[in-house]
This record gives sequence, structure tokens and C-alpha cells, in this order.
Amino acid sequence: MDVWLVLLSVVILLVVAMATVLRRIRNPDLTGEGAITDDSTTKNGRRTFLRFIAIAAASAVPTVFLPAAMRSQSHTVRAQEDPARGPGGRIRQWTMIIDLRRCDGCQSQGTPPRCTTACIEGHLVPEPMEWIQVFEQELPGGGTQFLPAPCLQCQNPPCVNVCPVGATFSTPEGIVLIDQDRCIGCRICMAACPYDRRFFNWADPPIPPEALLADYSPDHQIPATKGTVMKCDMCPDLARAGTLPYCAQACPNNAIYYGDLEEDIATNGVDMVPVSRFLSENHAYQLKEHLGTKPRVYHVPGHGEAVGRDVFHEGRMETEWPWVRRVEGTNPWSR
Amino acid sequence: MALGPTGRRDEPVESVTDYRRRLEDITLEPVITTSRGYWFLIAGLLAIIAWGIYAWTIQLNDGLVVTGMRDRISWGLYISVFVFFIGISHAGTLISAILRVTNAGWRAPITRIAEFITVVALICGASMIVVDMGRPDRLLNVLVHGRWQSPILWDVIAISTYLTASLVYLYLPMVPDLALFRDRLTGRVGGWRTRLYEILAIGWRDLPEQRRPLLRAIGILMILIIPIAVSVHTVVSWIFGMTLRVGWNSTIFGLLFVAGAIFSGIATLVIIMAVLRKVYHLEEYLTEKHFVNLGYLLAAFTLIMMYINASEYLTKGFKLEEGEEFLFQQLFLGQFAGLYWFYFIGGLLIPGMLILIKRTRTIAGVVTAAVLVDLAMFSERYFIVISGMRVPLMPYEPFDYTPTLVEWSIFAAGVAFFVLLIALFVKVFPIMAVWEVVEERERTGDIVDDLVAGATPGAAFDRGDDRYRSREPPDRGPS
Repeated sequence: MDVWLVLLSVVILLVVAMATVLRRIRNPDLTGEGAITDDSTTKNGRRTFLRFIAIAAASAVPTVFLPAAMRSQSHTVRAQEDPARGPGGRIRQWTMIIDLRRCDGCQSQGTPPRCTTACIEGHLVPEPMEWIQVFEQELPGGGTQFLPAPCLQCQNPPCVNVCPVGATFSTPEGIVLIDQDRCIGCRICMAACPYDRRFFNWADPPIPPEALLADYSPDHQIPATKGTVMKCDMCPDLARAGTLPYCAQACPNNAIYYGDLEEDIATNGVDMVPVSRFLSENHAYQLKEHLGTKPRVYHVPGHGEAVGRDVFHEGRMETEWPWVRRVEGTNPWSR
Repeated sequence: MALGPTGRRDEPVESVTDYRRRLEDITLEPVITTSRGYWFLIAGLLAIIAWGIYAWTIQLNDGLVVTGMRDRISWGLYISVFVFFIGISHAGTLISAILRVTNAGWRAPITRIAEFITVVALICGASMIVVDMGRPDRLLNVLVHGRWQSPILWDVIAISTYLTASLVYLYLPMVPDLALFRDRLTGRVGGWRTRLYEILAIGWRDLPEQRRPLLRAIGILMILIIPIAVSVHTVVSWIFGMTLRVGWNSTIFGLLFVAGAIFSGIATLVIIMAVLRKVYHLEEYLTEKHFVNLGYLLAAFTLIMMYINASEYLTKGFKLEEGEEFLFQQLFLGQFAGLYWFYFIGGLLIPGMLILIKRTRTIAGVVTAAVLVDLAMFSERYFIVISGMRVPLMPYEPFDYTPTLVEWSIFAAGVAFFVLLIALFVKVFPIMAVWEVVEERERTGDIVDDLVAGATPGAAFDRGDDRYRSREPPDRGPS
């Protein structure tokens, strides 16, 4: 159904209704000769009504073709070419499992979180966005845990539900993407996201020369566009090519697993795990499960103990955007 | 000396024709004469608007980075102003539609102003959304790619329907008055206006055959426009209510916004009435009774607003779910406390008292209350939007939002545009529904048929008697 259709119909109905009234005011004789008997009013009323319906119906005709005509000039949403398929031809259902037992916020590395940096370099993420962001959360018994948070790829995505133009959408592979060529920058998706995982290009984003070579697709969101929303896209193009997302590749402790729920298998680059068993045995949870957003990203509880993290040691470094420094004359906005 | 049909008054009763002539002259006055102050006002407003447009070009050029908004508070002043403007657009609906439906006769002199506020406020509110967009150049995407499931689309449909209906509802009851302007202004005003009245009056001759369809159309519209108006502010609230944010995730939001909309709509109407009354000497028509009656409505709405507030905050504060504690802290004690308590005390308690206490139930008292209510409702819109945005969703420090000069400039331009449209309107169109006022006075028996009054129609004018402009009815001689 098209918005044009209903909007125009409403307006046309009102205008036609008004025109009918105005016509009768302008030509009072239309309403009957001299004294109006009940009989003639009914007849007249019926005739007016029929004419009204006819005009409304006739005026609705162009509204059917108008959207089609307009649409032919604009591109349709950039759906993914072909969804990746697993054995048996079933569409892959990408999932990510973040094992918090192995995440030490890259304290041990003495670098900013490597997942964030790799994502920033791989996607040319404009400063100060962090599509996968490592939060530090208090633990009940004191100390903190690191919590890497990419877009949660909800199956009941609040952002997709509110988007007025379908610029953000769920793919058959079960992930949520944004078409920056369609986004109007109303930011209702940012208001709706309960995880604060969406970022806006408040100014002209820096564009390095290599970004201009990239063929834009919602799968990788390069190059960035002013006045549109961006977020983690779970690297479906890399997955289809048989590679792990940038963040999973970069994690020095192999804390990020990526895989296919349909085939029930995921890998962190070193181990292969059966997803369902891994989630159950390790008491995996989803962030803010109670909201009913049904994230595709799972977290395994922990606080870096598997890699020997000193929970009282502070040492995480600030995130950097190394590629932005290569672009001249950029002026990043504050977070 | 004739008495009114009820015989309940001692004073002489004015004839319809004399009354009508006097009312017409008062209504024509603003259109014919223009004071120097008016041009100063227009110049000042245009200057503010020009400044705002300049600010907007900066924003278009540099992006929304020139605002105080960032990822963590991604909606700010613009959205608050949008909600506020759509709110005051409810002035027209309530006054003209609801009062028309309930046959409240005293409404007659104020309907026109109320209906016009509706149209102007809707235009200003909708333009605020365009200003807030990151890509205003893609505005048409909303129509080309619109999704029915999005609350924004509900808004687009509701607001454009409301705007169309309000324009029709403004225009139809104006037809007889436009005909009056056509008849009495030809030759006295510039050519384009004569042509305008000629066209807009669509050959109105006040024949019964013309009256019938007109009255019927108004009758249908006044019923139709009430659900449209209610739906408009309900879906505006659903832009917030459809999200999972603490502070917005509430089922009562539709009611809160609709009540607040009517509340601020009445207040705006009172303020604009007071200004027009003063400037164009409408004391006879916009009487203390009108202000007091609108004041009673305001007082009723202070109670409704308090009730909705209690219902909203008590049910949430009692349970104190995740994030609510933060919200309550910043709302009642923290950085929004000033706005909140100004809203509650200055915008609900004090206006209610001003109207309920007999000594302050005067025009000045009601206007003071109305100004307070409008300021308070604006701060309410602001703290609802910003405080809901500010609650951290992940473990991070809350972001602080302060509107920048660009945002304030565009806001000022929006308000100036609102005033400008109203100022231009009173120069071109009748500010009172002459025929409705006359009909109402006839119905209440304050004026009577010429023959009953025993006067020669228009006698007072023929004598060049200047008393027809005073409150004193003209002398009619023995009956």
C-alpha cells in the first residue's frame, strides 16, 4: 500500500466535498426550483452523492500510477543479492556469541580494544562512532567486567519497526541493515534502540580516498553519508565470502564467536562450537532479554577470568580512529 | 422603548441592523487602517525570521553538528517545539468544534481566531520536523517509501489530514464574512484584495439555498474534526510512546499529550484574544465572560493534567524499575527539577488558583494564568523529550544536552513565523465571525428585529451619529 494513495484520497475527498458545497453555494438554483419538496431533495441528494462518488473514484485513478511512476525513478531498497545458504539450502542465520570470560578489554595487550579498532579500520567508521563498543560494567562482588556490545541484531527490532521509510530493514539472514541512500535522518530509530547502538553522521564524515572506490552497499556502509544513521552490520559480506567479521578476527583472546544458527555451528577462528550446546552449557544470555527484542547476539557471563584478567587493574586505553588521521582537514564531532 | 423579548432587561434593545453595522465596522477596522506600530512589528518579525533562516543555512551546510544534539541525546529543542506547536493547534478544535457541538453560544466571537491558530500552529509545527531532519532533501522519501508501521507516518497522515480539515473548517464559516468584505471593501482596499474577496466569497448572497449546504457542511465538519484532532496529538505522543525508553514507555502518553495540547491551546487562544482585544478595541465582543469561561476550562485542565501526572509518576515511582530511579532523580531533584517544578507549581497550581479564587478571576488574572500555562507546557514538552533521552541505556556517563545558538535562533524564527502569520491574517481576513455573532445575539434576545426595535434600519448611521461605536445603544425614539 502506498502512502500517496491514502494521503491523496483523503485530500481529494475533502476537496471534492468542499467543491460540492461551494458549487451549491455559488449556484443556489442547483438545489431545486423554488420551493423544495422532500421528494426532490432526496433525488437531488442521491444525484449529488453519486456524482461525488464518481469524482472521487476518478480522481483516485492517477494516485495508483503516481507511486509507481515515482518509484521507477528512485531505486528500491538495496536488498542483499542472494542470502547465504548452508547445507540443505537453508538460509544462514548469522549469530554472534561474545564470551565475556575471555574479554579483558585488551588490558593485557596495552592497546585500545582490538575489536573496536579493527571494526573502525575495516568499515572506515567515522570518529567518534564505535559500532562495537567495549563498556565497563560493575560486578556485584566488586570490580568490573568488560562488555563488548555490537548491534544486537534483534529479531524484533525496535529500530526497524519505527523507521518511516524502510531505510533500516531485517534481511533474510536475520540481521538488521541500514540503507544510507534512503535514510532521511529523522533519528527515530536512535530513539527506539534500547541499546544505544546507532550512530548519526552529525557532520560531513571524513572520506578517505579508498572509500570512494568502494561500491556502496548496506552490507559494509562505505562511504559514510552526512545526515544518516550507521551501526554495526555484522559483516554479512565477509561472512558470505567465508571470513569472520573484523572484530572476531582481531580479538587477541578469541572471545568473539560467529556462526550460523541453522547449521548450529560457530567459530572464533580457533575452535568450532555447536551453537545450541555452547549457549546452554555456558548459560549464555542476551542483553535486556526482558524487553523482548530477541537479540541475535549472545553474551556468555564472565569477567575475563579465562585469560587471567586482574579485575582491579585499570588499563584500558581510549579508542582511536587511526584512519581518520590519514584524511586531511577532518573535524570530528564530540560523542 | 422596546424591551427584549424576555423582558428581563431594563435597557433599550438594539436593532439587528444597527448592531450588525457596528460589528461590521469593528471587524473591518483592522483591514482598512494600519498603524505604524504594525509595520514595526512586521519588520521585527521578518528580521527574526531572516536570522533564523540564516541559522538554518548554516545547519544545512555543516550538518546537525551545529546543534547540541549528539548520539546519546539525538532529539532536542526542535522536537520539543514541534510537540508544543502541534499542541497549541488544538485551540481551534476545542473552541470551535466542541463548543459548536455543545451549542455554547458564547463561543461565537472567538471561533475564527481559534481556528486560525490551529492552521498556523500546524504549519509551524510541521516545519520544525523538516528542520530536525538530517536529510531534508529526502523529505519526499516519506511519501515514496512510506511504511505504514512507522509512528512517523501516522504523524504525517494525521497532521496533513488535520491541516486540510482545519483549512476547510476555517474557510467555510468565513464565506459569509468574506462576502461582507467583498460588499463593503470594494474600492476601499487595494485591487488584489478586492479580487481575493470576490473569489473567496464564491457568490454568497445569503440566500436560504446557500445557507443550507453551508450549515450542513459546517455541521459535518465540526463532528469530523474532533476525532481527527484527538488522533493527531495521540500519534504525536506515540512517536515517544512506541519506544522502549524509560520515561516514554507509557500507555498514558496519548492522553497526557492530548490533554496537554488542549490545555496549551486554550492558553494560547486566551493570550492572542487579549492582544487583539487591546489592539483592535474588541472589548464589547471579547468580554470578561469569554476570558472567565476559557479560564474555567483552563482550571479544569490543570486538574486533569495533575491527575495524569500523578497516575504516570506514581505507578512508575512505586515500582522503580530499571532506569526509573535515574529518571526520577533528574526530573524531581536533578537538572530538570527547575523545569519540572516550574511546570507543576507555576503551570498547574498557580494558574488553577488564579482562576478559582474569585478576586483574581478577571481578564488580567486569566491572561496571567494563560501565559504561565504556555510557558509551563513548553517546559513540559522540553523535559519530557530530553529527560527521556538522557537516561543511559548502557553503562556510560549520561550526556548533557544544551541547545546551541543555532537551535535557539531557529526556534525564535518559528515563533516569529507563528506571530507573523497571525498578524498578516488579521489584515486580510475578518477576525470575527460576524454572522455567527449576530445570530447568537439574536438568539439570546440581546438584539431584536428592526420592526420590534421600532427603528428605521441604519438610522443611527444615516444621522452620522457616532454613538453607534460606543457601548451605548443608539437612541431610537418612542416605539
